[in-house]
Amino acid sequence: MALPTVEVRIPTILRPYTNNEKVVSADGESLSEVITSLNTNFPGIGDRLLENGELRRFINIYINDEDVRFMGSLAAALKTGDSVTILPAVAGGRM
Amino acid sequence: MTRYESLEASLGHTPLIGLPKLSPKTTEGAPRVRLWAKLEDRNPTGSIKDRTAIAMIDDAEKTGKLKPGATILEPTSGNTGISLAMIAKVRGYKLVCVMPENTSVERRQLLEMWGAKIIFSPAAGGSNEAVRLAKEIAVENPDWVFLYQYGNPANTLAHYQTTGPEIWEDLPEITHFVAGLGTTGTLMGAGKFLREKNPEIAVIAAEPRYGEVVYGLRNLDAGFVPELYDASILTRRFSVGAQDSVKRVKELLEVEGIFAGISTGAILHAAIGIANECIAAGASAHIVFIVCDAGWKYLSTGIYSNDGDADVLEGQLWA
Repeated sequence: MALPTVEVRIPTILRPYTNNEKVVSADGESLSEVITSLNTNFPGIGDRLLENGELRRFINIYINDEDVRFMGSLAAALKTGDSVTILPAVAGGRM
Repeated sequence: MTRYESLEASLGHTPLIGLPKLSPKTTEGAPRVRLWAKLEDRNPTGSIKDRTAIAMIDDAEKTGKLKPGATILEPTSGNTGISLAMIAKVRGYKLVCVMPENTSVERRQLLEMWGAKIIFSPAAGGSNEAVRLAKEIAVENPDWVFLYQYGNPANTLAHYQTTGPEIWEDLPEITHFVAGLGTTGTLMGAGKFLREKNPEIAVIAAEPRYGEVVYGLRNLDAGFVPELYDASILTRRFSVGAQDSVKRVKELLEVEGIFAGISTGAILHAAIGIANECIAAGASAHIVFIVCDAGWKYLSTGIYSNDGDADVLEGQLWA
C-alpha cells in the first residue's frame, strides 16, 4: 500500500532548500518519515529541523494546526490529506 | 460586594458567561457540551494583563526592586503596557515600553494617554525583536526596573492565585481550560491550579499564527520560548491563523453579543474544535475559555465591519 501523502508548508527561512516553494508534498505514516521524505527531495532540510534525532527547540511543527509535541512528536501519525506546517517559535500574542 | 477602595482593588473576579447559542447542539438525552467565556475585559484597564501587571509591580515593590519615582521597562505589544502605564501613573512611576511598530494605533494612543514612553522595534522581527531590544536596553540602563513578563514568576503566580481559583469557584465541573499562549503566564498559572484541583482537566493552548512578515527573517537558531513556559502543564496546543480568528470573533459578536478582541477569536476557535471532538466522542464537557480583551483597540483594523476581511491583518501583530 502506498504511503500517505501530505502537504508541508515551508517557512520563508527554509525556502532556499525547496526552490522557494511555499508548499511541497511528502510521504510518510509518521512525522519522522515525512521529514526523511522531505530530506530526500530537498537535501539538507532535515538538519534544520532535527538535532540529535529530536525536533530543534525553536522549531514548531503542526499537523492540521495542532502542535506535534503533544501528539507524539516525531512519532505523530499522518494520513493522506493532512497538512503539516513548519514555523519558527515566536514570542506570542497579547504580550 | 461590588464596592472597592480604588480602581486597582476592583481587579479580577470577572464574570464567567455561558454561551447557550454557540455551544454545540446535542440531541435530547445526549451528553451536553457547554462553552463558558471568562470576560477579562472587565478588568481595570480592560484586559487580562491587569492581573499580570499589578502582580509584577506589587512583587517588585515588596522585594525592594521598585523604589518611588523609578522607571519601569517592558517589552509589550499593548495590553501589558497599557496595564502597567495606568498603575505606574497612579503609583508614581515612569514607564518605557518596547513595542513592535506593527501594532494597532489605539494601543499606542492608550499608552501615551497614561504617560508611557514608547520605543518601537522593527515590524519584521515581531515580538521576538521587541524582547531582544528590551533586554539590550535593560543592560544599558541598569537603574531601570525590567519587570519582564516572559520570565517573571509573579506573572504565572497571578493566574495561579486569581484566574484559576475564580474559575474553580464558579465552575468546579470544568473539563477543559482554553487560553492564549503569549507569555504563557495564564496557561501556566491557571492551568497548574486547575490541574492540582482535578488532574483530569485538559489545559489547551491557542497561539496566534501570524502572516509571513512576522516570521519572515527569523533565524531558526535564535527563536524564542518564554522562560515561564512548561510544556508539562499543557494537554494540547493549537496554532490558529487570522482567518479563523476573525471568523470566530464575528461569530461571538453576532451569536452571543460579546465584543471581543481578535486574539480571543483564536482561543474560541480552539475551544469550538474541542467542543466538536467531545460531541463526536459522546462525552459531556464544560469548556472554559478566556476572553482576553474587548474589541475597542482593534476597531481601526476594520475587521468588525460586515465586509471586514482578515487579509488586512497580514503583517500585523494582531494578538
